[in-house]
Amino acid sequence: MPLKLEIVTPEARIFSDEVDSVVLPGVEGELGILPAHAPLVTTLQCGELRILKSGKTTDLAVGEGLVEVTGSHARILTDMAIDVESIDEKAVEEALERAKHSLESLKHGEQQEEVAAVMAIIQRSTAQLQVKRRRRTV
Amino acid sequence: MPSTRDIRRRIKSVKNTAQITKAMQLVAAAKMKKAQDQAANGRHYAEMMNKILVALKESAEEGIHPHFTEGKGNKTLVLVIATDKGLCGALNTNLLKKLINTKIDGEVEYVTIGRKASQGLARLRKTLIADFPIKDPAKFSEIRSVGRFLQDKFLTGEYKTVLVAFNNFINTVTQVPSIEQILPVNPVTLGGKRGFDEQSKEIDASELPQYTFEPGAAVVFETVLPQYVNGTLYQMLLEARASEHSSRMVAMKNATDNAKQLLKDLTLEYNKVRQAAITNELLEITTAKMALE
Repeated sequence: MPLKLEIVTPEARIFSDEVDSVVLPGVEGELGILPAHAPLVTTLQCGELRILKSGKTTDLAVGEGLVEVTGSHARILTDMAIDVESIDEKAVEEALERAKHSLESLKHGEQQEEVAAVMAIIQRSTAQLQVKRRRRTV
Repeated sequence: MPSTRDIRRRIKSVKNTAQITKAMQLVAAAKMKKAQDQAANGRHYAEMMNKILVALKESAEEGIHPHFTEGKGNKTLVLVIATDKGLCGALNTNLLKKLINTKIDGEVEYVTIGRKASQGLARLRKTLIADFPIKDPAKFSEIRSVGRFLQDKFLTGEYKTVLVAFNNFINTVTQVPSIEQILPVNPVTLGGKRGFDEQSKEIDASELPQYTFEPGAAVVFETVLPQYVNGTLYQMLLEARASEHSSRMVAMKNATDNAKQLLKDLTLEYNKVRQAAITNELLEITTAKMALE
């Protein structure tokens, strides 16, 4: 029995296909989902998501979100999901640098909203970089 | 009777206007397609989020999260989502009219997205506490700051409820100005029909499996509810944007059609005047000739 995986962001449906298994970054650590998994709802951390389908692995960088698993379905709601192929390492590095820079200048001002927004950018950029670099060393 | 030159001048100016409205119509049509697709895409997310929340609600006790209880204060916060630009029919006017006609108890304060909303509310002398400029096409990251702002305001307890006024997109020719409650998260409309999609069905909680929550329902709630609010806001914004471009497309199409009709009438009148002038001249010549004989 295959597992139907759907990855949805508010902007689009990123992925929708039948897969053999999926490994995702849950709040309590990495989580492997196989077909016929018990119904589960948990939250997702920024990190790496691996999809296994007939021996092939696809890597995605995902943001914070939510996972819903039933026996035959796995649905992932997240605010970011980027295929490792389409990550532009340089652009992400620059974004990370910019975010870190603006975080430093913000700390004096104590604008909590801005700080949180920048922190989110940092987290997401770091996740993207991790996924991209890991892939290269393999 | 206007002279032929006057009519010619008018024909020229109408032609120019028609050209402009036609161009705007084409631009709006292209943007409309994109905005409608985006709104349709976002519905998946909203639907799934609803489903998960219904399941969550079943397994968690009431009053478990401050997002579910009304604030102690007497004030109401209204987020108005309108357009940045005009020339989109009666879209913004209808929205503001609906807002005025809806009776809200207690003091009301406004937050706006879109220039037309802030302008309109300023004209009505309402209390405006924040305005968020959001680009087109809208990105999810942009709505996050709006979501955080609304939730922070709500959690201070000053506000009883937070409402959102936006144009709900039904189809290209119909947009309905609607006002919906976003905070406190309403357990009745939650998971039910949000009205984004006519086909969306009521979700029956008993059909859903018994989920295990990791690390626990309360913790999941803590992360999901803000996401739910942001997601819903984003979806509302997308619907409003789809409405905007559709409405503009239709308005511009009507303008072009009107201009074409006007052009037809003017050309007819022009020809009539021209012929009358020729007949007149001929008449003068013949009369002069007859007088000479």
